[in-house]
Amino acid sequence: MMASSYNAKEEDGHHSGASGPGSSTVKSRKPDNTAFKQQRLPAWQPILTAGTVLPAFFVIGLIFIPIGIGLYVTSNNIKEFEIDYTGIDMSSPCFNCSQSFSWNSSVPCKCSLAFSLDQPFESNVFMYYGLSNFYQNHRRYVKSRDDSQLNGDSFSLTNPSKECEPYRTSENKPIAPCGAIANSLFNDTLELFYIDPNGTRTPIPLIKKGIAWWTDKHVKFRNPGGNNSNLTAIFQGTSKPVNWRKPVYELDTDPENNGFINEDFIVWMRTAALPTFRKLYRIIQKKNNMTPTLPRGNYTLEVTYNYPVRSFEGRKRMILSTISWMGGKNPFLGIAYITVGSVCFFLGVVLLIIHHKYGNRNNSSDIPN
Amino acid sequence: MLRRRLNRLLGGDENRVDSRTIYVGHQPCSATEGFTPPKFCDNRIVSSKYTLWNFLPKNLFEQFRRIANFYFLIIFLVQVIVDTPTSPVTSGLPLFFVITVTAIKQGYEDWLRHKADNEVNKYPVRVLEDGRQTSKESEKIKVGDIVEVIEDETFPCDLILLQSSREDDTCFVTTASLDGESNHKTHYTVPDTEKDLESLSATIECEQPQPDLYKFVGRMHIYKPDQDPLVRSLGPENLLLKGATLKNTKKIYGVAVYTGMETKMALNYQGKSQKRSAVEKSINAFLLVYLCILVSKALVCTSLKYWWQSRDGQDEPWYNQKTQKEKDTNMYLKMFTDFLSFMVLFNFIIPVSMYVTVEMQKFLGSFFISWDKDFFDPEIREGALVNTSDLNEELGQVEYVFTDKTGTLTQNNMEFIECCIDGFQYKYRDSRTELDGFCVTDGPVSKLQQKAGREKEELFLRALCLCHTVQVKEAGSQVDGDQVDGLDHLNPHPEEEERGFIASSPDEVALVKGAMKYGFTFLGLESKNMKIRNRQNDVEEYELLHVLNFDPVRRRMSVIVKSKAGETLLFCKGADSSIFPRVRQEEVERIRMHVERNATEGYRTLCVAFKQLSAEEFALADAELREARLALQDREEKLMAVYNQVETGMSLIGATAVEDRLQEEAAETMEALQGAGMKVWVLTGDKMETAKSTCYACRLFQRGTELLELTVRTLEEGGRKREERLHDLLLEYHRRAVQDAPPVKGGVTRSWSTANQDYGFIIDGATLSLIMNPSLDASSSRHKNLFLQICQNCTAVLCCRMAPLQKAQIVKMVKNSKGSPITLSIGDGANDVSMILEAHVGIGIKGKEGRQAVRNSDYAIPKLKHLKKLLLAHGHLYYVRIAHLVQYFFYKNLCFILPQFLYQFFCGYSQQPLYDAAYLTMYNICFTSMPILAYSLLEQHITIEVLLDNATLYREVAKNAMLRWGPFLYWTVLGVFQGLLFFFGAWFLFSNPALQDNGQVFGNWSYGTIVFTVLVFTVTLKLALDTRHWTWINHFVIWGSLAFYVFFSFFWGGIIWPFLKQQRLYFVFANMLSSVSAWLVIILLILLSLMPDILLAVLRRPKSPRARQKIPGQSSAGGTQSSRSSARPLLMRTFSDESNTVI
Repeated sequence: MMASSYNAKEEDGHHSGASGPGSSTVKSRKPDNTAFKQQRLPAWQPILTAGTVLPAFFVIGLIFIPIGIGLYVTSNNIKEFEIDYTGIDMSSPCFNCSQSFSWNSSVPCKCSLAFSLDQPFESNVFMYYGLSNFYQNHRRYVKSRDDSQLNGDSFSLTNPSKECEPYRTSENKPIAPCGAIANSLFNDTLELFYIDPNGTRTPIPLIKKGIAWWTDKHVKFRNPGGNNSNLTAIFQGTSKPVNWRKPVYELDTDPENNGFINEDFIVWMRTAALPTFRKLYRIIQKKNNMTPTLPRGNYTLEVTYNYPVRSFEGRKRMILSTISWMGGKNPFLGIAYITVGSVCFFLGVVLLIIHHKYGNRNNSSDIPN
Repeated sequence: MLRRRLNRLLGGDENRVDSRTIYVGHQPCSATEGFTPPKFCDNRIVSSKYTLWNFLPKNLFEQFRRIANFYFLIIFLVQVIVDTPTSPVTSGLPLFFVITVTAIKQGYEDWLRHKADNEVNKYPVRVLEDGRQTSKESEKIKVGDIVEVIEDETFPCDLILLQSSREDDTCFVTTASLDGESNHKTHYTVPDTEKDLESLSATIECEQPQPDLYKFVGRMHIYKPDQDPLVRSLGPENLLLKGATLKNTKKIYGVAVYTGMETKMALNYQGKSQKRSAVEKSINAFLLVYLCILVSKALVCTSLKYWWQSRDGQDEPWYNQKTQKEKDTNMYLKMFTDFLSFMVLFNFIIPVSMYVTVEMQKFLGSFFISWDKDFFDPEIREGALVNTSDLNEELGQVEYVFTDKTGTLTQNNMEFIECCIDGFQYKYRDSRTELDGFCVTDGPVSKLQQKAGREKEELFLRALCLCHTVQVKEAGSQVDGDQVDGLDHLNPHPEEEERGFIASSPDEVALVKGAMKYGFTFLGLESKNMKIRNRQNDVEEYELLHVLNFDPVRRRMSVIVKSKAGETLLFCKGADSSIFPRVRQEEVERIRMHVERNATEGYRTLCVAFKQLSAEEFALADAELREARLALQDREEKLMAVYNQVETGMSLIGATAVEDRLQEEAAETMEALQGAGMKVWVLTGDKMETAKSTCYACRLFQRGTELLELTVRTLEEGGRKREERLHDLLLEYHRRAVQDAPPVKGGVTRSWSTANQDYGFIIDGATLSLIMNPSLDASSSRHKNLFLQICQNCTAVLCCRMAPLQKAQIVKMVKNSKGSPITLSIGDGANDVSMILEAHVGIGIKGKEGRQAVRNSDYAIPKLKHLKKLLLAHGHLYYVRIAHLVQYFFYKNLCFILPQFLYQFFCGYSQQPLYDAAYLTMYNICFTSMPILAYSLLEQHITIEVLLDNATLYREVAKNAMLRWGPFLYWTVLGVFQGLLFFFGAWFLFSNPALQDNGQVFGNWSYGTIVFTVLVFTVTLKLALDTRHWTWINHFVIWGSLAFYVFFSFFWGGIIWPFLKQQRLYFVFANMLSSVSAWLVIILLILLSLMPDILLAVLRRPKSPRARQKIPGQSSAGGTQSSRSSARPLLMRTFSDESNTVI
């Protein structure tokens, strides 16, 4: 009795349990003859040999190269047009706007850029705005939001999260939507006009529906007050973000796109991964099969220049792009797949040669050692 | 007042220093002395660490004393205090989990200890108080109480035996629970105590408590009215130890001398030094590297951050203003907190979970050893025992094996083979086949008569019958497993069939049995009278006067008996080296030849001598012995001196040879160990010839082995001074074994090759002490060095005539030599404990010599043959498993954190985490922890059978091969490569974030999720690639983890979590999966990351199949050949045949 009690007590007890069946009752002294306890579980013992790996290399090569070519071709077929409208150069039409920027000016500065498309854009065209050197992924910036406020929580509406500092309150009223992200909402207005060969300007219809993730628009972002459509009343007692020109309930006239569920706002709120990024601005829907969405020719981009970027050496771009099944234009994937596929194939060939030439000799020379 | 108190204090101190005085029954002894009951501790055993109240603080304190826990606590606190990128939950939760689990485990164990303590402490005992018997709880016993113990009860504290119900004033105890020896030991009452304990007035003076179980000195003063106080000496034979059990005795009374935590048992159970494994050292080294990486990463980021912020408009652009608080903060303080923030952000590189996983792996992994049915020994009905799980992997790293001979290499199952009386050899030839050949007047006797004189013969046999401490097992008393003698059933006499002998050493039983074969039967000891039945079936009686106990230093024992005829005789038996100098020289030569021949055959030899003591001689010896026994101080030394004085001038009458058979498969095991590149050193207390032949028998030495001998004999050959000769010999051997030998190439070819000459080295204790502690200081280190170098170049080393401490000394010397090789000691007896404790890994054999070795070992196995599987299979596998575990952990966290580090370059060094907090927390806990745990428990990169058949495979992991800087670098480079790949793969992809076919864009959380998905799949598949042994558990866990990751991501992103401040991942994962590009990049990156490993596996291909192919060709190193030969090798057989012809 003493012995067993002391065994259990020995040491920190760190190992007492480890003595396992040895110290337990006499009956169970004989270890169980189970496959698990005897480490004899049936097992599959694969060995990577040239025999298994070589075909794999060839197969990978054979699969990857076509995929890569497909990706590359797809990416190349995507039409993309990009125009910088920051207005750094004296020659740029937006130079004046970018120079004379002031948050308080009541008259918006407008500028228009002419550009031409060499090739027609056939299918739906997506219009992006791009920013450079804009650190939307800065930690202080990323966390400066209140998701429960944006989700329509009435308490958070008037009591925004601490994370929103210093964009939490203004003039002793809570800001809705609070935080740095919301505050810095991209507010340039971009309009596109097609210049007919005969000189008439036809505005191109820009659709602002469907630019945000469906789940964001319908679940994550909710206006406070439920079905109450009178947003003005709901947002009573809150203040607009300091850098906004108009309050959140005046973002759009369409009640389905106003307040927190404004799609431009939602898109902006999804912080970009890298300091150079693009965000979806508008969609140009294909009209019919006969005419291209954007025929080749001359266009003007009308910019309402509200968004200052020169203070941090940023750039603004407008991008027109078609989209394929793989998304926007990006040759990287295609090139990567072709490279990896060829490397695999090449390795397969090299290994095959090595295997055939030296494989046997290697084996035999190793044994006497 | 003050002075008096001071006096008392001083007095108390004085007591504490040398001895304590105990008033038996708390009775004042003489009127003159004031009775002040001394203070001793109570009889409460406290083995628990905590109480209900101090558990939380004390346990937390102890847990946070571990450096790793402390580090994580600091990280956690930094997260709480400083504004850091990740919430404190990410590191707090795992830490909390770890701490709680550990606390629960320790709390549970402590509760068990409390329970066990209470069981012991509340046990009712009966105490004599003022003549009445009162029942008390065990914990209330005070020193001086007279305690009654009845049969089969354990002693509640250390008692001095006062009275026994047995007539001969003895009692029997077994100390099975103390040291595992289940034989009955006799203890004696203090002589001349009064029968009436109530009126006994006595004091006991004894030494302060000390842990040695077998040492006790004390003195008892018995005061009788009108008489001078009687003084009686007390020794270990009077002391009943707490924890031992009373047997064969109705009841005893004893006085408590040591109580509670001062009992010898409690003193013996106070902890062992913790052994740390080499793997742990590697982990710590790697940790240091990673800590450096961590700090440098944080430093780089901090400095870059401030460089970047110093540029125009970057620090605080209009869209991202600082809060007032941030603006007010001191710049340098901010720098510091930024540094801390980066540390926190990257701290996952050193994960809490690694410690948990390593601990779990060790803890659970050790079960496989105790579960292994191959370690189950049907004889003792026990399997292997794991005392510590910290050293599992060390079993795969052993370079030096130090083994005991007796009981380890040999069975310690003694059989009387032959004897030599007066120079004539007697061999009992038919002992194994003929059952009824033991009759008194049978064949052997007539043979005996032809050889030596009848007188001498009988004297010799009487000596065998008398000179021992064997007890006769009482008929009818049921005795469990202590069959020291395996030959009971051979006994033809019906009444002797019940007779068993109990002895502390199996040699003695073998000798008594041997004498019985020749017609002299030892009948037992009754009140100091030894009875033997001689050939004529007469009972002879001898009065036992003194037993001069055996001890390993003297290497002999004697008894002084008085025959009925009134002669006083001293019989002495012992090792030849200790007997020969003490007998008349002319007798020696005749017997020496036999002894040496017997020794070369591997028998254990003992010489027997006797001496007739004249009355005066005896009186002198008697007086001196008594005096020495009473001595309180230096009793041992004094006794020794008297013994040495008495045991002189004897005449040699004969010698005995006892065979100690080899353990099963001893030779195969040793050969396998040598094949595995281990060097086997035999450390034994036995004499050289015996040990040498055992070495031959175990094939440690082979016929081709050149033996280098460095013993007292070789030293004395030259006739010069020993030191000089030693020096010369060492130099010569060094030249032969070290300088002339071809240079050894690294670990793998080491020592095992057919072309090279094998060397064996033999050294004895005396020479060793010359080397270790020479008189000339200058040469000491040089000698030691030479010695070590020679030994390291020898395949086997035999150290004979070793004292236990010398064994430890040798182990220590090797352990601390260059390259600090991993040592393993294996032994079964108390004399091996020191080396078991000294070596990196101590293995105890559950042998015959008690359980001391087992108790002090790290692992205990029933038989030597189990060592092979323990090392070659379990050790190898554990090492591979844990090494892979450690490397994998570092690797997977490196490629986990590297993208996060790289991301800092693209987010303005703002400590923005790349991954969501949930991913950061769960990565190590859920997504990647189970596969590696399963791997580290189940992996068999080579199956156990192959490992056992191919001992050489052990060398592949020798010298910590998988945790050296090379492999570490490989894993680190792999981690860096993959980390770069993950990050920049996604980076290139995000050069256009419009990744969906509806033109919508992905944000930073999608970026992180893509990287994280690739990461989780890659590290899991990397492990899958490394797994060579896919059981269903591996399949379940690997695919399960991946499935769980996908499921969790959907779940986590599928709900607006009310308790989260930010819904960062809302539908991020689902959206990612809806993008073809994301799929394609994930597949591409996973494949590309695994490419180097696949390539390497293919290029390395010849290695593993070769190991498998080797089985038929290479097995000469391991098993097949050896299994053909029987346990006794050729050499031994020829010798034995020769000896047969002598007769």
